[in-house]
Amino acid sequence: MRLSSIFAIIAVVITGGILLYGVSDFPSFGDPKSPANAAVPGSESVSQYFITKSYKDTKVPNLVTSVLADYRGYDTMFETVVIFAAGMAIFAILGSVGGESQPRVQEEESSFVDGDHSRIIVGTTCRLLVPVIQVFALYVIGHGHYSPGGGFQGGVILAASFIIIALSSDLDAALRRLSEVNYLRLACVGILIYAGFGVLCQVLESNFLDYGVLQPILLTDGPEMARSHSMLGVEIGVAFTVTAIMFAIYANLSSRGTLRDGL
Amino acid sequence: MIFAFDIIILVFLVIAAIISLSVKDLLSASMIFGIYGFLICLLWAEMGAVDVAFTEAAVGAGISAVLMVATVFNTKRKSSD
Amino acid sequence: MAEFFEQTLQPHFNFWIYVILMMIGLWALIAKNNLIKKLIGMSIFQTAIILFYVSLGVKEDATIPILDPYGQAEHAAADAEGAETEGEKKRDSYIGKKSPDPDTMANPLPHVLMLTAIVVGVATLGVALSITQMIFKEFGSLEEDEILEIVKGGGVDD
Repeated sequence: MRLSSIFAIIAVVITGGILLYGVSDFPSFGDPKSPANAAVPGSESVSQYFITKSYKDTKVPNLVTSVLADYRGYDTMFETVVIFAAGMAIFAILGSVGGESQPRVQEEESSFVDGDHSRIIVGTTCRLLVPVIQVFALYVIGHGHYSPGGGFQGGVILAASFIIIALSSDLDAALRRLSEVNYLRLACVGILIYAGFGVLCQVLESNFLDYGVLQPILLTDGPEMARSHSMLGVEIGVAFTVTAIMFAIYANLSSRGTLRDGL
Repeated sequence: MIFAFDIIILVFLVIAAIISLSVKDLLSASMIFGIYGFLICLLWAEMGAVDVAFTEAAVGAGISAVLMVATVFNTKRKSSD
Repeated sequence: MAEFFEQTLQPHFNFWIYVILMMIGLWALIAKNNLIKKLIGMSIFQTAIILFYVSLGVKEDATIPILDPYGQAEHAAADAEGAETEGEKKRDSYIGKKSPDPDTMANPLPHVLMLTAIVVGVATLGVALSITQMIFKEFGSLEEDEILEIVKGGGVDD
């Protein structure tokens, strides 16, 4: 056994022992009156406020979406920026602009029996499957107010449909449908949509991302419905960025940054 | 929250984590890591966190396993430990 | 033993498993030699933290944090009265006046925090994997000791 392994076990056992000692003081699992779920008697904790008041404030039945896109909208906006920054970091690390990347050695001409046939079956099946996946992803984005879902999940599923195209045929087929320039544009547009909603609220003399003042623009029944509709717009922005960056990460990782003959 | 279901998934979770760290083939390690992601997605759904479960099903069981397979394909498949 | 199970282990079982998963992840981060194994350990560490957060928000016998404006009682009321507008009025008054009891619904706040953490986690995993690929391109190996050997020997000659 290596020396570092012994040190690792010692460090891990000490850390775990301290944490297990602390666990015995925790509130028991599933306790509705634990400090995380309920405040001191007589006052209301923030999570109780979200459960009792958020439908009145926003008219969105899915509490997670209303907290994500409205109460904590600023946080979500910069989480999206983090994803965007991760995508840019991958371009900076792997991108070989005009580099010495020699194309991979072409394999022997695969025989008709084991080469083409399997590719025909897999390719056709995936081509039939992809539109269904994409429609489902759009449903997840648009229906995130009423059921589990939203911009992050729908964006990842939409990116997965492009990754399936790249896996079943090759990377070029996927890049023909969503080219490098286009996914970079899409990522920027997503963040601009999100920030645009915030700036629009500021222009109308309110706080950044305070959607209630958008009521005269969105022509809704009241400020609550304006919040609900703006949340949909914000989720669409998140979905654009997540789709573009997830596909960009796959395309760069599978082709070592060259965007040619991937997996 | 169903306690028996909870215990079964958590035990499988620890087993999947240990196996994915102990196999020497990195391709199998990534695939078992995908299984780990799917088990933890079941765990979120069982604990009532449906949105987190949805995200984990798309991300943990789908994208992250594919990203790891892409890296293993472009580097080396054998691991020394 | 039985007392230990009832008093300590059973009410805190999720928290015990979170500590065990965290120990596995930390051990892999420190002791594993292969870089991709280290990254798998990092992801296990991350899910352990998420497990801790989500476990804090669980309430016994609580439902998922999604309200049901079109619940069964409201459908029955709408059917009985036969008028859609009446039913919709009833639904609006139900949800508007009677706010839900916080103890019957899981805490949505940890879910929100962890939902974004998962997606950001996969983006950072992508960055880590791309760095791994560049290390392999530079040193021709993914094993930590071989890379350290090359670095100590004065780097690669190119």
